[in-house]
Amino acid sequence: MSKPDYYFFFIDPNRCIGCQACVQACTECDTHRGDSMIHLEFIDRPESTQTVPVVCMHCEQPTCAEVCPADAIKRTGDGVVQSARKPRCIACGNCVLACPFGVPEVYEDRQIMMKCDMCYDRSSVGKKPMCATVCPSQALFYGTREELERLRPMSTPVNQFQFGNQRITTQVFMMVPRGSLVRRPLVDVTDALGEAPHARAIRLTPVDDPFAGVEV
Amino acid sequence: MATLPVDELRIIERFGPHLSSMSALRKSTSLEPERLVKTHCCFCGQQCGIQLKVRDNEVVGFEPWEEFPFNRGMLCPKGVKRYLQGAHPDRLLGAFRRDESASAGFSAMPYDAAIARVAGEIDRIQKTYGNSAFGVLSGASLTTEKTYLMGKFARVCLRTPYIDYNGRLCMVSAGAANKKAFGIDRTTNPWSDMVGTEIVWVAGSNVAECSPITTNYLWQAREQGARIIVQDPRITPIARTCDLYLPVRPGRDAALFAGVLNLMIENGWIDRQFIETSTVGFEAVVEYCRQWNPGRTADVTGVPESSIRRAAEWWGTAKSSFLFHARGIEHHSNGVQNSLGTINLVLASGRLGKPKSGYGTITGQANGQGGREHGQKCDQLPGWRDISNPEHRRHIAGIWGIEEKDLPGPGVDAYEIFRKIDAGEIKGLLSICFNPRVSLPDNAFIERALEKLEFYVAIDFFLNDTARHADIVLPGSLQEEDEGTVTQVEGRVIKINRAIDPPGEAKQDWRIIQDIARAIGRPHGFTFESPRAIFEELCRASKGGVADYSGITYEKLEANYGVFWPCYSADPRTGQPTEHAGTPRLFEPGSYNVVARGAGPFYFPDGKARFNVAEYRTPVDDVSEEYPIFLTTGRVVSQFLSGTQTRRIGPLVKQYPEPKVEMHPRLAARLGIANGDWTTVSTRRGEMTVRAMVVTTIRPDTVFIPYHWAGPKSANQLTVAAQDPISKIPQYKVCGCQVRKAAAEPEYESQREPQQ
Repeated sequence: MSKPDYYFFFIDPNRCIGCQACVQACTECDTHRGDSMIHLEFIDRPESTQTVPVVCMHCEQPTCAEVCPADAIKRTGDGVVQSARKPRCIACGNCVLACPFGVPEVYEDRQIMMKCDMCYDRSSVGKKPMCATVCPSQALFYGTREELERLRPMSTPVNQFQFGNQRITTQVFMMVPRGSLVRRPLVDVTDALGEAPHARAIRLTPVDDPFAGVEV
Repeated sequence: MATLPVDELRIIERFGPHLSSMSALRKSTSLEPERLVKTHCCFCGQQCGIQLKVRDNEVVGFEPWEEFPFNRGMLCPKGVKRYLQGAHPDRLLGAFRRDESASAGFSAMPYDAAIARVAGEIDRIQKTYGNSAFGVLSGASLTTEKTYLMGKFARVCLRTPYIDYNGRLCMVSAGAANKKAFGIDRTTNPWSDMVGTEIVWVAGSNVAECSPITTNYLWQAREQGARIIVQDPRITPIARTCDLYLPVRPGRDAALFAGVLNLMIENGWIDRQFIETSTVGFEAVVEYCRQWNPGRTADVTGVPESSIRRAAEWWGTAKSSFLFHARGIEHHSNGVQNSLGTINLVLASGRLGKPKSGYGTITGQANGQGGREHGQKCDQLPGWRDISNPEHRRHIAGIWGIEEKDLPGPGVDAYEIFRKIDAGEIKGLLSICFNPRVSLPDNAFIERALEKLEFYVAIDFFLNDTARHADIVLPGSLQEEDEGTVTQVEGRVIKINRAIDPPGEAKQDWRIIQDIARAIGRPHGFTFESPRAIFEELCRASKGGVADYSGITYEKLEANYGVFWPCYSADPRTGQPTEHAGTPRLFEPGSYNVVARGAGPFYFPDGKARFNVAEYRTPVDDVSEEYPIFLTTGRVVSQFLSGTQTRRIGPLVKQYPEPKVEMHPRLAARLGIANGDWTTVSTRRGEMTVRAMVVTTIRPDTVFIPYHWAGPKSANQLTVAAQDPISKIPQYKVCGCQVRKAAAEPEYESQREPQQ
């Protein structure tokens, strides 16, 4: 079985409410009960309620696999980057250091790297990953491109990321507000009390055509 | 005799709260569940559909239920981890009696002996002091069947007027306002109507943390073009990206609504035709609002004039809209006026009874809606009937097979029950689904009152913080151990299904109540064999009332993913039997109801809605020179109410272990407090020390403490027991306080685990 090629995974940090339903649900997944393969980032809690769920982005050329000295990290034919394979992984942590998104984690007690595999036990049989199923704000969304276009007209999916000289294309998409629809997020109550606002908005620049390189 | 039997730390050591762990079955990655049970979450009023994985009479996990239309598989962290309340080390597996000689203060006793003792004490107290000397406290997390039974038990078996419920501290001000304005108390539209509306005003609701599933509806409405207005002293996660944020000063909501309505009137942004044909009382409201010019409104509310003007223009000129409110405007001694203020905005706009326009109050507890409809409220009888109305009394007395004269009259609200205990008028108490030692304001008073009781029996599945004062504790059931119905936030009645049986000598709550009735020697009316039998009587009792459930059956609920009440068994126009599908949307033009009888869509004899002057009053114990900072309280996403359940679930406690006090860096700097510092907050009632959380997302004149914890960590040590004069809801959301850097870390830090 493999993940149907018409389903995609999208992350929209604008929708995230920081509730951690995704993280809690991940620990209920049948293949790794008790451990979460994903986490929630508080961007800067003293100054904002902005949070971002961090799941594996499933890179086309996974850096974690490229740096693995034991060749333990495999990407399946449907583009899902798997946890390290048990007989091969030497728990060296190279992947942890190399991943630009901060996803893999070495479990010292088990001497293995485990990471988000898009709930392969679910997604490979046509079900949604656990986190995207439960997410109450649908900041994590799993569905078809047609559904996405119908449901999310205010933002556009992006799957190319620039880290220094490294450009990465991922199977998971990040939703970016369309130009005219960017809302300046509120970070300080005093801004809304009629005082001079702080300039804290971050400009996002999509690096390329969002669906370049995606075969449908 | 209800002082604590032994030192509280020894009770905690034995009875918790301890944290649940993931047992072998629950951690197994290979064991298949025997079955999946489709039911709903046990926590908030959203009542998300969920499937529980069951094996060996234990809930071992969950599976999303994507077909249930309200949440389509979505859950918050509480829903995900709710199953960990089962098979818990703290679970009461039998009855207990207070025993000062026992190391933990309580000794196990046989269930039957405990029931006999309870019946004996009820009999003794009522024979000595009269029937009214015994009181009952119930709750809105119970199924509607149980809430119906509790109301009947108090009136028919105990013959006492003194029953009330914890919905009193939840949203009664919204209920009272709905009654005054619409003649019915229910959200007007299904949530799916929200998508496609032009504007959504969220007044005093931390949707992201208190009703997380509603977030996706809000975001989906926004994707389709809706603008979102959020009114809150804190930038909650939904306020972060809203289109207009109104940073209202705590306790000033009615002034804000009056100011906005005044601008709408001045600019002609009102629906004159609707006001003329479908409402009464507008002129008095116009007259009242005139004093709320934008400048004065801004001065009082702390919201800039430009934002008030923008809110009025956006709301006034929209073609479709939703307005939601929750505890943020309801938990006030002015709660009914605040709620009426929102309703006036809605009525003036004329946007009601339409597919993309509506109004609602977001219910807090699992059965916040159903629990306030069928008679556990002190002034109410089943079917949302009035206990002071002779016709209503005769109808219910007939259903219950008693003389109308034997039915007690109205009682008093839950807080007043404690005042009566304090005054020596009420000597005995039975409580279920209520933890007032944590949840009522100024809870040092509650503790003193508990100590005056001659006899107190608590029914619960864990020894909650209040039950530590009990003489007898009876082992009740978890939500997943019984079946029944609840009514969720939209007014949709849904079916709760039993996944497992209660362990040990624990019993389904309705059986315990019936066992007590039998032991007292008044079993008449308490011989139900199943929740279904209770539901069938409830449906008959509700027939002809505003909350008419008579056309609902368990089968109909399961087949349709729930049914919106009113749902008639007989056509109200003709009296002929009918197959009614329920009422998803209220107040549609031409709709018929039992009160207006065709005169109009609202539930008054003339069919018209009521404007009410929604007057601003300064909060009781407002900020002063001595107590210069606003204190407000509320929830966090990973905890629920008084924490009896969620403070026992390991992963939820880990997410937010202990209460903190949120404050703005500007205030923190002035007080010399840094993030993480131990900080003492004091009010006229008491003081507590918690760590500071310094964030820019709160007004600089306000601090916030979540209320889910007990004892020295309870925010309700500080809150004021001021109540709304109409609804009797307490003013949890505002009082004056002092804040200072603590001299030392609090004693609890070394004595108690975070959840204790």
